[in-house]
Amino acid sequence: MLTKRIIACLDVHAGRVVKGVQFVDLIDAGDPATQAARHAREGADEIVLLDITATHEGRQTLLDTVRRTARELFVPFCVGGGIKSARDAEQVFEAGADKVSINSAALADPELISAIGSSFGAQAVVVAIDARRDPAAADPVHDAQVFVHGGRKPAGRRVVEWAREAEERGAGEILLTSMDADGTRAGFDCELTAAVSEAVGIPVIASGGAGTVAHFADVFSRGKAHAALAASIFHFGVSTSRSLKEELAAAGVPVRLPC
Amino acid sequence: MRVTVIDYKAGNLTSVLKTLKHLGAEPVVTDGDWSLVESAERIVLPGVGHFAATERLDATGLTGAIRAAIARGVPFLGICVGMQWLYAGSTEAPQQPGLGHFPESCTRFAESTEKVPHVGWNSLEVREGSRLLAGVEPGEFVYFTHSYKGPVTADTAAVTQYIEPFAAAVERANVMGVQFHPEKSGATGLKILRNFLEMGR
Repeated sequence: MLTKRIIACLDVHAGRVVKGVQFVDLIDAGDPATQAARHAREGADEIVLLDITATHEGRQTLLDTVRRTARELFVPFCVGGGIKSARDAEQVFEAGADKVSINSAALADPELISAIGSSFGAQAVVVAIDARRDPAAADPVHDAQVFVHGGRKPAGRRVVEWAREAEERGAGEILLTSMDADGTRAGFDCELTAAVSEAVGIPVIASGGAGTVAHFADVFSRGKAHAALAASIFHFGVSTSRSLKEELAAAGVPVRLPC
Repeated sequence: MRVTVIDYKAGNLTSVLKTLKHLGAEPVVTDGDWSLVESAERIVLPGVGHFAATERLDATGLTGAIRAAIARGVPFLGICVGMQWLYAGSTEAPQQPGLGHFPESCTRFAESTEKVPHVGWNSLEVREGSRLLAGVEPGEFVYFTHSYKGPVTADTAAVTQYIEPFAAAVERANVMGVQFHPEKSGATGLKILRNFLEMGR
């Protein structure tokens, strides 16, 4: 049986894993290669590394980080942040990533999706979408607004129509972050996730709002998500992927165990 | 152990090469040099993406060299599209023939409410007698990402269920293929690749 994936996300700044902005001065979350290996050992089904600053100067640091992280990692490894061209993607793949996640660059130039997909396969292209419900819209969920540049700027697109276009252009998966839920630890936005998952034929990864085991079970059932991403829930020692999956299995969710 | 890895420009090879090195093998890559196939101790044909890319194997003459190596008994492992190439063809690119080592063809998953591609960790039902999958316990998980698949036949070494049962692995004597990605399948994947490297030694 195909299992629900638990994906550990590492936010990386200048070659170091960082945590929620409000805690960055208090806790250093360590070396990306060490942390990725630990998450894989602790049962994560996949690792996502997001370069949250992704400056031009940081590109070489990112490639070095990807190379070091990939070396001893034998689970799928996705890298995002600052990938603006097929050439950028190629460098990240050569450094050892299996997938790239593209967000602002895909909105600016949707042909980037097919450009990467035609060389590296659709399975290698994850389109990340940051969306916020739009209370002014007739359907606040289906017409949630898409944002770019780390959620700072509206992209002028609606979540469902953009997800459909991404699929048509050859995306292999959608990584959907609810900006309303992100950082709240109050649960995923299941309505938003279900709206996107029902609109496309490719798998949807839910992100934003994870706080408890029940939140994951909820986004897999009500949210119709195929995978869920979590960062701070692991960083703060609340849970490992293994303990999370053991509790999910007990609740009847199919997960990869033992792992 | 020298492993000849065939590059036909379908996706990147980094993960496969890295994993083979981790297991102590010495991978060498060729995108057209027959001599590296003729001298191969093991051949690995990776591949993600579109079946049409296998056209390059014919264009470079590697298809003939691989066929000869297989006839000599060199262990061969196709991964994902590399496994599908072992069949007569795929409906993904009907004009492009496969190797035809297995007479059936690969087809897309049937229309259903389930997502295609099939992405994620799924379990294996290993059939008795597989050398490639020796030591893989019932229900161990491996990582898949694909939209096309081979049928379940007498040559099937493991079956996986998604929408319908399909061939997760195929094996006849020295010719083997896996639809999943052993290089991305944690300890189970490493065990399978180790079996391939140690076979007949």
